[in-house]
Amino acid sequence: MARDAGLQPERTRLAWRRTALAVTVVALLAIRLAVTRVGGPTGWAVAAAAMLGWIGALWVTQRRVAAMSALRPIAIGRALPLTALTIIGYAAVGAFLVLTGRG
Amino acid sequence: MRIKLGVGSHAPTPAQPSDKRDWVPGGWRPGRRDNRSAFAAIRQWFDPEELRRDGNTPDYRFSLANERTFLAWIRTGLALVAGGLAAAQFLSPLPIRHLREAIAIALLLLGGAVAIRAVDHWARAERAMRLGRDLPASRFPAVLAMTVGLGALVLIAAVLIQALS
Repeated sequence: MARDAGLQPERTRLAWRRTALAVTVVALLAIRLAVTRVGGPTGWAVAAAAMLGWIGALWVTQRRVAAMSALRPIAIGRALPLTALTIIGYAAVGAFLVLTGRG
Repeated sequence: MRIKLGVGSHAPTPAQPSDKRDWVPGGWRPGRRDNRSAFAAIRQWFDPEELRRDGNTPDYRFSLANERTFLAWIRTGLALVAGGLAAAQFLSPLPIRHLREAIAIALLLLGGAVAIRAVDHWARAERAMRLGRDLPASRFPAVLAMTVGLGALVLIAAVLIQALS
């Protein structure tokens, strides 16, 4: 079967890329907040966790983007719940930093 | 409107333009109620194999459209989280004590809620497509819009009070 004229895999691939960019912005903001507002060992540990979350999100994105090059991409695995969990993680980290940091 | 999905169908069935069965003045009529337990629904978020046991596999283009809708919601959630993180570090202290922190926490909570809802809506839409049912109706976009609108009104009031006093 030829690629469909709607370019669905390409649109989905770009949607994943945009999402990865948004995750990058959030990760940078979280790292900055951790270092400037909390600082110390706690702040750096949280910054490292935010960095790991970012790497994980990029990995999930890359896997899904690679799957899009199949003729009929199917079989979405746990990429979706993992992506949602990453965001919930950043929200939780942000709330922790806001509540514990010095004003 | 209902789109029939068959196994191995290669072309999306065009929606009938005259098919307005589910449109009632004021909104979409809710589809059939899902009578599964909340736990079963949550389990399905993490177990795509279980999701694939019901019904027929829809045309992959529908699944990809569902996936992109999920990603669009995820980016909405990310924007809210980014707003919360930015408010916490770039907003100057506000006249009302801890208002800045409250704004940040509210945005972060809203972002997390949007992310959870994105997975749930994706799984429910996928299930509906597999079973040939109507796509799930949802009040969430309206609730989110009202929440953001009300929050903006409160902040406008706060800015005006600050300017006048």
